[in-house]
Amino acid sequence: MLDVFSIVAKRLGFGLITLLVISLIIFIAVELLPGDIAQAVLGQGATESNLAALRAELGLNDPAPMRYFNWLKGAVVGDFGVSLVSKESVTDSITPRFVNTLMLALYAAVIAVPVAISLGVLVALFRNTLFDRIANVLTFTSISSPEFFLGYILILYFSVKTGWFPSIATVSPEMPLFERLERTFLPALTLVLVVVAHMMRMTRAAIINLLASPYIEMAKLKGTPAWKVIVRHALPNSWAPIINVVALNLAYLVTGVVLVEVVFVYPGIGQLLVDAVSKRDFPVVQACSLIFAATFILLNLAADVGSILTNPRLRHPK
Amino acid sequence: MPTHANNAERLLKIRNLTIEGHSDDEWIEIVHGINLDLHKGEVLGLIGESGAGKSTIGLAAMGFTRDGCRISGGTIEFDGMELTTRPKSELRSLRGSRIAYVAQSAAASFNPAHRLIDQHTEAPVHYDIMSRSDSQVDAMELYEKLRLPNPKEIGFRYPHQVSGGQLQRAMTAMAMACRPDLIVFDEPTTALDVTTQIEVLAAIRDIVEQFNTAAIYITHDLAVVAQMADRIKVLLKGDEVEEADTATMLRSPREDYTKSLWAVRSFQKPENLRPDASSAEIPVVAVDAVDASYTRGAKVLHDVSFDIHRGMTVAIVGESGSGKSTTARCITGLLPPSSGVVRFNGEELPPSYKQRTKDQLRQAQMIYQMADTALNPRIKICDIIGRPAQFYSGLSGSALKTRVEELLDLIELEPAQYYSRYPPELSGGQKQRIGIARALAAEPSFIICDEVTSALDQLVAEGILKLLDRLQSTLNLAYMFITHDLATVRSIADEVVVMKEGRVVEQGPKTVMFKPPHHAYTDLLLSSVPEMDPDWLTRLLEERGVDNIGEAARN
Repeated sequence: MLDVFSIVAKRLGFGLITLLVISLIIFIAVELLPGDIAQAVLGQGATESNLAALRAELGLNDPAPMRYFNWLKGAVVGDFGVSLVSKESVTDSITPRFVNTLMLALYAAVIAVPVAISLGVLVALFRNTLFDRIANVLTFTSISSPEFFLGYILILYFSVKTGWFPSIATVSPEMPLFERLERTFLPALTLVLVVVAHMMRMTRAAIINLLASPYIEMAKLKGTPAWKVIVRHALPNSWAPIINVVALNLAYLVTGVVLVEVVFVYPGIGQLLVDAVSKRDFPVVQACSLIFAATFILLNLAADVGSILTNPRLRHPK
Repeated sequence: MPTHANNAERLLKIRNLTIEGHSDDEWIEIVHGINLDLHKGEVLGLIGESGAGKSTIGLAAMGFTRDGCRISGGTIEFDGMELTTRPKSELRSLRGSRIAYVAQSAAASFNPAHRLIDQHTEAPVHYDIMSRSDSQVDAMELYEKLRLPNPKEIGFRYPHQVSGGQLQRAMTAMAMACRPDLIVFDEPTTALDVTTQIEVLAAIRDIVEQFNTAAIYITHDLAVVAQMADRIKVLLKGDEVEEADTATMLRSPREDYTKSLWAVRSFQKPENLRPDASSAEIPVVAVDAVDASYTRGAKVLHDVSFDIHRGMTVAIVGESGSGKSTTARCITGLLPPSSGVVRFNGEELPPSYKQRTKDQLRQAQMIYQMADTALNPRIKICDIIGRPAQFYSGLSGSALKTRVEELLDLIELEPAQYYSRYPPELSGGQKQRIGIARALAAEPSFIICDEVTSALDQLVAEGILKLLDRLQSTLNLAYMFITHDLATVRSIADEVVVMKEGRVVEQGPKTVMFKPPHHAYTDLLLSSVPEMDPDWLTRLLEERGVDNIGEAARN
């Protein structure tokens, strides 16, 4: 197990370095945005002295490296500065939004991952049958349709025509859990439809990839029934690629949901980011980007560790 | 032991069996009407080269065909049941319970994700023959019968924690789990070292006799099948050549093909001797006190020294993991030695190939074991051979073409026919010839042959050995011949270097090495090579004692 710990520690270290590099890229990207930030914030009518005052207040006159390090210093302790538009602390305005996004992502993941993996096992078991083809067509349809389109279709059928679920997913922190789940069901379902196909296809491919292995033939020659060959003999050896795809999709659930949030008017972090970009609220943009990057890195790290742990050679050294 | 089964009940009766394989959108017959009878408690050896249909027939005896194959005609009757017409679910319930299978590579055929004993108990529990705990106790007893070390504990390990020979015995135990009537052994010892092979052979023979299990023993190694089988059936390309009881088959084979199989091991080139010490000829390659280790790993070579003289073949012999290939990597500079030097014609070579001159690189070429993976499947033969000729000798245009044709002539492949083909269009033996031509293209004085014949059938392998021998005498080449097959050593080597655990344990001219007295380890290796005598294993076990074979004997 010592091996596993040292691998995890190493990956974590690389993750931190990656995050540092990304923070630099984010800063430079924002820096490269054309135009003057003070001008953009204050509008065309601002006087020269107002502009100068704002620049001084924001520290825009400092050289870029110094501003980067000041920002980084704050970010390390969770202080991302003050929003240019609302004058509130960025951390305070992001936190509830991010919690909402995480909850929606978790909701979708709890449905999508088991469904995708079970479907993947089933289509691997019934490969090249009608069931396999239908499952293929359906999941491909859902993955190839734009999210907003899927969202509106779901609203049309589950909300407008039947009235089963609300079409607008407004939530507040004090709302009881069950009501919250009901309100966010449609956006969660939209996300499920978007991510299931990818994970299901990978589960199917990873299992089928192993079916030519000698130990699968051995299992068949021991009289093991077909479902058991898949579940007991193929699946335990195909976790590594499946886990990686699951992690990628989870990251997408956190960082790629802005369209779904807009369609269902859900107060998540994606909307906040879009607003901030249009208003040149660069502290918020930088903070959101960094959070997204950290999400990707953490989930990929988890996937790496997960796939290492599924390898019996590492869990049980000689 | 043969023919005690003649009066016994018939267990398996195959009549006129044809099997088709799917390739390029059509079904091609690969087994053409085989008949086979097996009685209870009898062992039938199926023998033939690759493509003979041995495994396909063995699996068909279980009512099983691999993907892309189908039984297209004939009958398979197992204990009164017709298998070809049975529904799949009923066939499946025979497998594991009444007919079991032991695969060629136990390392690949045990599921890496589960403990051995959990795989062992799977079938008995599934068929409700035993409870899990009873089956575990039974497994331990079987492990003990098969002389596995720590029989109470070994089953709780994962496959990667157990050695190859032990895995093969654990797999035999697994096949025995439901006490089947028939076990199909599909080349169970082919992937093992000779010393390990013996203990597996002895264990299999023992347990099959104890439980009076009938067996089909598939192999390409005659000497092995002679130890195991009561009767032998020889197959060639899906047809039966002949069948007889073991003693008769060995003594007086009827068919020419069988005779040619028997004769393969007879090729022996005349032995070259080293020039006198007085002439003081400098060896082509001198390995001097080389130590080596892989990155941050333990030392794998310890003080390895030997010389290879012009026009001579030095065979490096040893079991897997003994450092044979690592030594080759040190000579070619792929793995710079951690100490010691390699000299070429007396001149010290830089340790890494990166520091060597083109001419130094040209002098030492390699031929690999797997011609399949050593040739790029998407590059034409003329380019595979032409590339080193261009790189080292700077040939181009028509000079290059002439040189490639010359090389193809040398390896006995018709240039007009093979010049612009791709490797996948060639047979295994032809690919290995291309590998040889590629090595010759650089005009080396020294070639390392790394297990070049071990992936080939015996007849094909013999052709390659003869070719190498002819090339050696015409081009005055020196060979370093890495092999674990002592029969190959006997036929081609001039000198032998025996390696064990990264050390040279003994070296000398072949005739001396093959004559007693030997170093204890050399003796063990030599006496472990199966002979074409049905009583060889029995005699050996009597001489050494059952507890002193295989891994036990090595230490």
